[in-house]
Amino acid sequence: MKYEDAIKKYDPVIGIEVHVELGTVTKMFDAAPNSFGGGPNSNITPTSLGLPGSLPVVNEKAVEYAIKIGLALGCDIAESCRFARKNYFYPDVPKDFQTSQSDEPIAANGEVEVELEDGTMVTIPVERAHMEEDAGKNTHVGGATGRIHGAVHSLVDYNRAGVPLVEIVTHPITGTGERAAEVAAAYVRTLRDIFRALGVSEARMEQGNVRADVNVSLRESPEAPLGTRTETKNVNSFRSIERAVRYEIARQATVLESGEKVVQETRHWHEDTGETTSGRVKSDADDYRYFPEPDLVPLVPSRDWIEELRATLPELPAQKRRRLAAVWGFSDLEMRDVVNAGLLETIEDTVDAGAKPSAARKWWTGEIARLAKQQERHPTDLVTPVQVAALAQLIKDGRLNDKLAKEVLAGVVAGEGEPAEVMTARGLEIVEDTGALEAAVAEAIAANPDVVEKIKGGKMQAVGALMGPIMKATRGQADAGKAREMILAKING
Amino acid sequence: MTESSEITPEQVQHLASLSRIAMGEDELKALAGDLTTILGNVARVNEVVGDDVPATSHPIPLSNVLRPDVVGQTLTSEQALAAAPAAQDDKFVVPQILGEE
Repeated sequence: MKYEDAIKKYDPVIGIEVHVELGTVTKMFDAAPNSFGGGPNSNITPTSLGLPGSLPVVNEKAVEYAIKIGLALGCDIAESCRFARKNYFYPDVPKDFQTSQSDEPIAANGEVEVELEDGTMVTIPVERAHMEEDAGKNTHVGGATGRIHGAVHSLVDYNRAGVPLVEIVTHPITGTGERAAEVAAAYVRTLRDIFRALGVSEARMEQGNVRADVNVSLRESPEAPLGTRTETKNVNSFRSIERAVRYEIARQATVLESGEKVVQETRHWHEDTGETTSGRVKSDADDYRYFPEPDLVPLVPSRDWIEELRATLPELPAQKRRRLAAVWGFSDLEMRDVVNAGLLETIEDTVDAGAKPSAARKWWTGEIARLAKQQERHPTDLVTPVQVAALAQLIKDGRLNDKLAKEVLAGVVAGEGEPAEVMTARGLEIVEDTGALEAAVAEAIAANPDVVEKIKGGKMQAVGALMGPIMKATRGQADAGKAREMILAKING
Repeated sequence: MTESSEITPEQVQHLASLSRIAMGEDELKALAGDLTTILGNVARVNEVVGDDVPATSHPIPLSNVLRPDVVGQTLTSEQALAAAPAAQDDKFVVPQILGEE
């Protein structure tokens, strides 16, 4: 069944788990570096390897980052919380359990405002954010293209084992209908932006700093109980998240249409084919045999500490967008274009450098974006906010008009110097010489007696016909307003 | 867990498979009996616990043991792999992973 048909017939419910690797200097429970330089198994301590006798100690910075994330998502921060062992056997988990948090997460009950591309706002309910550690990396040897299937053995690198993670889990997200896939991707993008604004992670999707597991279920109608869900693991780009949700909705609808039942299971996402395939049948939470980690004492973040951290929270991306849109007087559409082009900070810098917001927006999303597209580069690679502000100032001072400013801009992009230098070097400054302009005006009047007659007869728009020759004579540098004044003065005066 | 809870061989089998331990029928039966007895004995603690005793995961009332985010001593990959049964390309070699995909 096609996605478009599936969405008409069924009501999709999604749920998203996002893991973010924290950008701390060391790991969650030991003093090994949290970095991926060096060779395999070089950033490890006995604790990273779960060697007998080694004991974990919680990284204070990681707790701080987790609290910041919780606060930014509007969560309550736990008065007291504990770590728990999540028991499962897999070679990339050297202790045979992952240290995580179970029924006592550090943060719970939040929500995230997500803006879709057309400006629609969706509120995503956040169930919890908890702390845990990452696993090592397996490489499967002998199977086709590094897959488990057919592998004779696997190699494990524990450099990543113990890297601090925060996992953010949503409540079931309902009511998104045909926009379910778009909402899923926009939510993860919003989280990514928040992580970056908080400075808690580089949050680079392509590096695996942010990973998403996507739960999808279908039901007959919004009133029906939730259907059986599948969890597609490790979907690691915004586009893939959208594709994976679409694929699962279509697949599950096909299953239901044929009278079968959706199996509750983990599924694998395949970037190349855009499909998910069945993984293991999902274990019951009971099978993880969670129990409080006896090697770690409870964490009781003081209210003072939490308020201190709250006070350091930066303005979040969505708030910032709203504030700037109001201050700058941009319409929703204009603001969206700026944000989608990734030019918000650039325009902010340009305004800080003295440009009017409307001028900054016009240049960055207009001519500069056009040149950048031509050269297949990002606008900010071509010129700096300070240069654009300087260009805007030259226009404001009447020394350049838009047409000439574009030529100056081309010169700046070509590396000929700062706007004022390019203007002078290329001789583009608007002619201040009234003598030259007067001569050009007189010449144009003399050469076009028929036009002059029309103007005398009251046809003011005929003035335009004289502007061409005047601009030509002054090589485009005439101040059009001044030229018009002179023409009228001469003819009517 | 009350005294009447009985552990079945099926439950032991489930736990054994989660723990990747192969067990025979006899072992499952014997362990089920042993575990039932052990749990029954432990459950007797409940009989002496009053409402004033909260469940606890740590015997010492300690909290917030944290360390600064500073790199400490690490192992070299040679040291890390020294006790590994097999290594290749500075990585641990583990047997074929079954039961996935």
